[in-house]
Amino acid sequence: MRELSLHILDLVENSLEAGATQVEIEIREDLKQDLFCFRVRDNGRGMDEDTLQHAADAFYTKRCTRKFGFGLPLLKAACERCEGKLVLESKPWQGTIVTTTFRYSHWDRAPLGDIATTIFLVLAGRPDVKLYYRHWVDGKSFEFSSEEVKRRLGPVPLNHVAVLDWLKGYLAENIGHLYGGA
Amino acid sequence: MKSLADLENLRQKAQEAMKVREGMKETKVVVGMGTCGIAAGAREVMSAILDELAKRQLADVTVTQTGCVGLCEYEPLVDVIKPGQPKVTYHHVDPEKARQIVVKHVVNDQPIGEWVITSR
Repeated sequence: MRELSLHILDLVENSLEAGATQVEIEIREDLKQDLFCFRVRDNGRGMDEDTLQHAADAFYTKRCTRKFGFGLPLLKAACERCEGKLVLESKPWQGTIVTTTFRYSHWDRAPLGDIATTIFLVLAGRPDVKLYYRHWVDGKSFEFSSEEVKRRLGPVPLNHVAVLDWLKGYLAENIGHLYGGA
Repeated sequence: MKSLADLENLRQKAQEAMKVREGMKETKVVVGMGTCGIAAGAREVMSAILDELAKRQLADVTVTQTGCVGLCEYEPLVDVIKPGQPKVTYHHVDPEKARQIVVKHVVNDQPIGEWVITSR
């Protein structure tokens, strides 16, 4: 994947596939510590010990119609190329936590890319899901909660065309702001 | 700079518009978003579809995503499901094709035969 945000999208899709109703995404960019990490936590059906052992092994299953394919192995390779690692934690019926680390300045680290569009598409496509997003860049942070937006919208659905238009701009502006953007 | 306070205004406007479209039948557009779909560019495809719908202010179309359906080599896949019509699946969709699918099929009811994989 040419952007880390595409890996994040892939993880969120895994969560949804596992029946998650709540997904938390955290991204930390710490230039002082030369560290880039992200975490996706869900309340989906989770995995047992055996499945967990093999989840990041590409050849455990290559069946595209199953939850595991090449997504996790690709991500694991991306982390390890950058002196980081992929950590999976899961319990059946309790959900899954995927945590990744990368050395920020590593030559091979893909850019985060368009995370605003990524978050926007998850909200647009699955407005029923509770989505929490937190993003830190050095001293700055941005937090987003789909539930806070829904509360303010009352009876208006999150995927109403006018709401989506606002969401797209809101996410792009606030995330851009983390990087000193206008 | 947009803030959450904008939502109050948005809510009032949207609620007025919603009264008009109560009981309207919805068209569904589904984008394949498994690892295979994402790697083949499905994110940009879904983004283009939503952008085209927003430009035309089409409120009776919902866009959602689905996991891998086992046709990885045909990704990105897009289904168009119109009320009372069979599902139409497009293969190897890119953002430009996606916009045309919205204009020709979703808006004008003219499926684009040469990009269709099956219609079940």
